[in-house]
Amino acid sequence: MKADPKGVLTGAHFLDGDHACCEGALAAGCRFAAGYPITPSTEVVERIAARFPSVGGIFIQMEDELASSIALQGAVWGGAKAMTVTSGPGFSLMMEHIGYAAMVETPCVFVDVQRSGPSTGLPTLPAQADMMQARWGSHGDYEVIALCPNSPQECFDLTIKAFNLAEVYRVPVMMMMDECVGHMTEKVVIPKASEIHVEPRRYTTAKPEDYLPFKAEKNSAPPMVRAGDGYRFHVTGLTHDERGYPVTNAEVQDRCVRRLVDKIRANARQIIMLEESDTSDADIVVVSYGITSRVAVKAIQQAREDGYKVGHLRLVTAWPFPEKRLRTLASHVKAFIMPELNLGQMYFEMQRCVEGRAATYLLPHAGGSVHDPELIYQKIAYAARHMRVKEGKEKEAAK
Amino acid sequence: MSPTTKNPRNQYLRTDRMPHIWCPGCGLGTTINCFITAVEECGLPLDLISVVSGIGCTGRIAGYLKLDSFHTTHGRPIPFATGLKLANPKLKVVVFSGDGDLCAIGGNHFIHAARRNMDLTIICVNNFTYGMTGGQVTPTTPMEAVSSTTPYGNIEEPFNLPFLADCSGAVYVARWTTFHVRQAAKAMREAIQKNGFSFVEIISPCPTLYGRRNKLGDGLKMMQAFKDNSVVCNDADTRSVALDFRGKIACGKFVDREKTSFLDMYNTKMAERFGPFYEPYEGVK
Amino acid sequence: MTTEIKFGGFGGQGVILAGIIIGRAASILDHKYATLTQSFGPEARGGACSAQVIISDDKILYPYVTRPEILVAMSQEACNKFLPEAADDATVIIEEDLVKPRGVKPGMSVFAIPATRFAEELGPKMILNIVMVGFFTAVTKLVSHKSVRETVKGSVPLGTETMNLMAFDRGYEYGQALV
Repeated sequence: MKADPKGVLTGAHFLDGDHACCEGALAAGCRFAAGYPITPSTEVVERIAARFPSVGGIFIQMEDELASSIALQGAVWGGAKAMTVTSGPGFSLMMEHIGYAAMVETPCVFVDVQRSGPSTGLPTLPAQADMMQARWGSHGDYEVIALCPNSPQECFDLTIKAFNLAEVYRVPVMMMMDECVGHMTEKVVIPKASEIHVEPRRYTTAKPEDYLPFKAEKNSAPPMVRAGDGYRFHVTGLTHDERGYPVTNAEVQDRCVRRLVDKIRANARQIIMLEESDTSDADIVVVSYGITSRVAVKAIQQAREDGYKVGHLRLVTAWPFPEKRLRTLASHVKAFIMPELNLGQMYFEMQRCVEGRAATYLLPHAGGSVHDPELIYQKIAYAARHMRVKEGKEKEAAK
Repeated sequence: MSPTTKNPRNQYLRTDRMPHIWCPGCGLGTTINCFITAVEECGLPLDLISVVSGIGCTGRIAGYLKLDSFHTTHGRPIPFATGLKLANPKLKVVVFSGDGDLCAIGGNHFIHAARRNMDLTIICVNNFTYGMTGGQVTPTTPMEAVSSTTPYGNIEEPFNLPFLADCSGAVYVARWTTFHVRQAAKAMREAIQKNGFSFVEIISPCPTLYGRRNKLGDGLKMMQAFKDNSVVCNDADTRSVALDFRGKIACGKFVDREKTSFLDMYNTKMAERFGPFYEPYEGVK
Repeated sequence: MTTEIKFGGFGGQGVILAGIIIGRAASILDHKYATLTQSFGPEARGGACSAQVIISDDKILYPYVTRPEILVAMSQEACNKFLPEAADDATVIIEEDLVKPRGVKPGMSVFAIPATRFAEELGPKMILNIVMVGFFTAVTKLVSHKSVRETVKGSVPLGTETMNLMAFDRGYEYGQALV
């Protein structure tokens, strides 16, 4: 399906990431948003509040993030495409409903413009420290999708992508922005509506008497239904069977939760978006995401100019994590470096996948700014030195 | 005339989920019965009624009604209902919530939905205790009453829910007990038909936990007490209808006023702002 | 080529809009790359206000300005704060009635304009930022005159275009005469 031209601001604009995210949502067909003001995400909802009424949508500022994160799900079950927007402290409050969305399979988008924490932290400065929270923040077993834009243009593009993925897999999709990307203003090109792919909601075609709201094909999400269409269905956050009825036993729990997890794990290849450069001949690969992936390129370019065999793997999708690709790369790459605006989060995920077959280096940053590219360069040089020393020792031993 | 073998109310219930989980003597069945009467009398198409509930014994109501029904998270049925209503204003959205769900964990949502006059009907089944978790104190438990977390008696002043709803902006406020089935059904019907935030409190027995601990007897005895202690005082000042332990229960319709609902206000404002080109918002397309 | 620019002043002078106009003109009409960042801390709620713009022929990877090659100072406070971090050969553009630059390094070129006075001659004082934008365009030649003028027209409130274009032209002509 193509985008509804009503919501598409075709043209070249000079927009910040927050505003671009709002335009992406509109282009994706989002017509309901609930939010609560929080720096540095407020500009998203401010633009939504101004833009939605004239395109047939509605925005409501709720009393808190708990309310926002469930109001949006009410709207989805009422037939809307919906999102909410927040930052760290609000994201913490939303965890309850990320779990609910995962459990009842509400297709929806959560935008987290990350700032430094813990707690109130640095409200006006960037971090990438909610990455594990996005994946594991709600209790229980579940899977989500998380995307990491590194420019205002991508805040637009990936928001559309987030809505589309939410529809296909019926999961909460997180837009893991950060203060830097959210507040940075750059050129954003919005294509014609006819050039934007929008995933329509897949509604059931079954008759109400035959319809099982939570019956799905293997490794996929069931078709949706909405209130008012005569299906008289039931939705519960309790462990439920295919009818949507609560069942309290281990067997149904296994079936219910395993499907929630499998629909993402089994489709990881289709979901994961990566950007890769110079990895085929690389001894060293810098793995990065979000704003850090831009800064890292500056260091990588310099390092390559200086003769280091270094490549770049950028995670556009942070969750699901590209386990397979990392395993494959680990068969020839000798060292992986991960700079991130936290003191070690995705790094450990990378380390897990490398399985000790290559050296791994974390380049932590507590947030409040972005990495100095020079530090990333130095880490590349350090990794290269260690690699040579190690190779030297191995040669010695072989003799 | 052939004898009826099926309860005519079965069409409103998910009979494939019976038997239900509620205890003997519980007031939730009566509440459902009153609600069905109200729905029948409204004449609304059943497909356009959505029921939203939170967590707890009352939260299970959504699962037994054969309507579009949402069993959400603890304390959050009102914001869920807000989203549902705004996405499709043609729906009549009714929230069932227990006293703990509505005014402890969900208290903030309750006052704000009332303040913005969201077009929702809230039916609070107030049994003065958390039933599902085993009888703890709630914000409506009367002073002195014993609960599993106030074993020496409750020392906190409870909420007077009609007053809370009234001063937060509700356009309709009523209270009845599960003894008053006809009045309760009528109040629910009026609440559903009201445009705006309407609130009905149903005082309901929990003989298993609240009644037993407080020596109030079984379900029947508690119903008898509701009958004996209730005083009908329509239009009473809501400040005067607070409940005491074993005291009188003021019942009636306390508030019934007209106020522009959230969505009507929204459309009026936007039409003013955008002029004749503004298409009134009637739900997402 | 990459150029780092810092715009500084106090709230109400339209500092951010000046930065946006330059960034927008460069990226949308001159087809270069431009990135604008601004300070959002509590300090941005009070008096001081700044915008950082990077303009480049290549993709901008590091988004922050570290050593501005052009400093536009519209207040004394901004000049005091940002001049020490400017490049040794920076172009320093000041509002001459509001700013007395201290600590100008020998390699720097200073261009001064009484922008507030010009603005008051043309209309409200608040269009001084557009006078500065015109002056900036003439002095730096970083973004084409046509693009910036066009962008000014599209960036100011409806109905104020003519007045703002006059402000732009005034600043531009004053700058042309200096260089």
